[in-house]
Amino acid sequence: MGSVMAVVVGALFAASVYMMLRRSIVKLVIGLILLSNAANLLIFTVSGLTRGAPPLIPEGMTVPPGGAWADPLPQALILTAIVIGFGVLAFAVVLIHRAYEVVGEDDMDQMRSTDS
Amino acid sequence: MLIAVLSGFILAAASPWLARSVGDRAGWLLAALPAALFVYFLGFLPTVNESGAQVIHYPWIPDLDVNFSFLVDGLSLLFALLISGIGTFIIIYAGGYLHGHPHLPRFYAIMFAFMASMLGLVLSNNLITLFVFWELTSVTSYLLMGFNHEDKNARWCALQGLLVTVAGGLALMAGLIMIGVAAGSFELHEILADDDVLREHPWYVGMLILVLIGSFAKSAQVPLHFWLPNAMVAPTPVSAFLHSATMVKAGVYLLARFNPGLGGTDAWLYTLGIVGALTMFTGSFMALRSTGIKAVLAYTTVMALGTLVMLIGIGTEGAIIAAMAFLLAHALYKASLFMLAGALDHETGTKDILKMGGLRQLMPITFLASCVAALSLAGLPPLFGFIAKELMFEATVGAPGLAFFTTVLAVVSAMMVAGMAAVFAIRPFTGKLKETPKKPHEAPPSMLAGPVVLATLGLLFGLMGFIPASGIVQSAVGAVYGSPIEVELYLWHGINLPLMLSILAIAGGVALFLRWEQVLDFYRERLGFIDRFGAERGYEKWYDGVVWLAEWQTRVLQSGYLRTYLTITVLTTVVLTGWTFFGHTNSAVTLGSMDMHFYEVAIAGVVVVGAIAASVTSSRIGAAATLGMVGFGVAMIYVLFSAPDLGITQIMIETLTVILLVLVLFRLPGFLNLSKPADRVRDAAVAFSLGTLMTVLILAVNGVTVTDPISLQLAEWSYTEAQGRNIVNVILVDFRALDTLGELFVIGLAAVGVYAMIRLRAEDKQR
Repeated sequence: MGSVMAVVVGALFAASVYMMLRRSIVKLVIGLILLSNAANLLIFTVSGLTRGAPPLIPEGMTVPPGGAWADPLPQALILTAIVIGFGVLAFAVVLIHRAYEVVGEDDMDQMRSTDS
Repeated sequence: MLIAVLSGFILAAASPWLARSVGDRAGWLLAALPAALFVYFLGFLPTVNESGAQVIHYPWIPDLDVNFSFLVDGLSLLFALLISGIGTFIIIYAGGYLHGHPHLPRFYAIMFAFMASMLGLVLSNNLITLFVFWELTSVTSYLLMGFNHEDKNARWCALQGLLVTVAGGLALMAGLIMIGVAAGSFELHEILADDDVLREHPWYVGMLILVLIGSFAKSAQVPLHFWLPNAMVAPTPVSAFLHSATMVKAGVYLLARFNPGLGGTDAWLYTLGIVGALTMFTGSFMALRSTGIKAVLAYTTVMALGTLVMLIGIGTEGAIIAAMAFLLAHALYKASLFMLAGALDHETGTKDILKMGGLRQLMPITFLASCVAALSLAGLPPLFGFIAKELMFEATVGAPGLAFFTTVLAVVSAMMVAGMAAVFAIRPFTGKLKETPKKPHEAPPSMLAGPVVLATLGLLFGLMGFIPASGIVQSAVGAVYGSPIEVELYLWHGINLPLMLSILAIAGGVALFLRWEQVLDFYRERLGFIDRFGAERGYEKWYDGVVWLAEWQTRVLQSGYLRTYLTITVLTTVVLTGWTFFGHTNSAVTLGSMDMHFYEVAIAGVVVVGAIAASVTSSRIGAAATLGMVGFGVAMIYVLFSAPDLGITQIMIETLTVILLVLVLFRLPGFLNLSKPADRVRDAAVAFSLGTLMTVLILAVNGVTVTDPISLQLAEWSYTEAQGRNIVNVILVDFRALDTLGELFVIGLAAVGVYAMIRLRAEDKQR
């Protein structure tokens, strides 16, 4: 399954960069969302994919059962990243909206001056 | 020793405060430090004369071969004594010259920092610390030259000096590192102990060129000589110090220091011999046409530096003796002449020799000291300058391969310098008293102490040549030559060729002095092209070129377009990573396990299709929906592969994202196709290259385990230490609790930002 996921991550990166290269500022936001998903999946994939063995400790034991359970550390990192990503996104979306209101322009090439 | 070298920096920090609290007489008090250093260095003389060089070692960063180690031998001691000795008088002098100047405390601070850098430079045994001190002298001398920072010309000239010397410094750094690597040591005494290690190394030419560029820039050799006369914008005490014992002599010091290791080859002989001789000629040629009292001296300094470089290049026993004697003689007379020039300028208010006259009665001590110092400059007996000049002629006559060339230039230069020495000593003091901007009277004692003492020393050393010879010159010559040499200095050498040349030079000098007015006219009428095509024009062209280049590359690199930055970043990453990966590693890209379920592949397909659809859709609602597809698909992947917490979080966040997009996107304009089809193809190619690279990298990384994951330990502690059964949760709120706190802070900040912008909008609408 790792090879399929590799293609998925590659596609997400490609799509996000393509969107960030557009002139429309709204498309930049879409690119950002895709990029954050791509990065999270990248960490998730390279840390190894494990089916049906979450890093949980059942009652009465002190370590997860069996030999191969999913690595909890990348999961903790990704969890943080998802939340931070949303914070950045929310801020960016509102900022862009504000910028559009002030400048009246969606084209980044027209937003070249800091005061207007 | 470390304290002696660094004491200047310490006093530099304290001196503004000291100068303020002591007031007028601060110069005399502050001069105690260089005076004490002078005595301290004198204390080394007997041991060095007896038993040769001493190395004093303080480890600093031993792992990087960077140490505070100091090499005390004849050469470094000669320089250290000149720096501290002349420095003493300069500090006293500055107290008088800059009396009442509002920035005098600042001046002391920079001056001490400069002096300490200079001491560090000449005493360093480690190449890296030597270079650090070298650059410190460039920086501090920049501050000194630009001391009158409200004067535009001063700033321009100071910057010129800085750029030339620091550009040379860069070359020097490369050269020193090459030397260190080639010799296998960064300690000078080890490098120079092994005679042929540098000369026979394949990099010899490279390091020679780099070291020479650094030295020539610092010591104002042709064609980089132009910055030195411009450095005259500095207050006179600075000029006196820079020109006599310090800054510009640093390059000469470096050449002398490396003479045993780098010298002795044809490349060394011809480069130094020819450049030095041309500099010597240029300096005296330009001195002859100057009427500014400091400009005359500045150009004679260029002459002296050229002479020293030429002598070191010739490199015979006699030439090295001549170089060290000339160095000492020049330091003595040049410091006193500069201080006297400053006294004249200070008391009359003009720097132009043509506007001064008849000052003999009003400034008798200045007149007397000027005569003695100028006689030494002109090279007349019984002054020490005469001995040095005799030795120089002796060396040029015996120069291997360059005898005729150097001797002719030396004699012609000596004529012109002798003429200018006479102009300096006689013109301002004789004839009718001329009207000057200030009413002249004798300079205060603080301004006469230095010139009188130093000029007297020049006379004393001339009459009793054995004092300098056995005291310091012999050890210095030994250090530069690489093996001990017997040195005797005396005035009368018998009737020989050097004496004839001396007489010829002085006769020529007298003739030039008597006809100086005609000479000046000749320069004005016939030689105006020098100003139009001189080396300084070259500097200005170079300067404009650098500014143009900077503007051009800013325009290209800082275009202001996000897509340009992004494209450059992405392509650089792809090319460099790809090149390293495919060219320099032998990782195999394997397809990994083909073990997959139908529903997994279906979800993966949903994510990919969603991403592509989001990129090509032209409807806003479509974009929001397809992004939702991607997000929820990713959540499903998390759930399928044992990450329930991630799945839950992703679903929650994704829901919020879609709501946010729907709310905000519809307040923005509809999608427009702003770019041309060709642009889109180009961007798609850039994006595709990155996507491919990421896929390939993941495939290569799969299955590589470098070390055991630290999670094994975390899992073990999770229940026993933190009482939690969900290891991911325990990591977040317990093991990495501070990180999570930081994350909360970021989210809070983003929320405040969002709220503020929404409020702002509301207020706008109310208005």
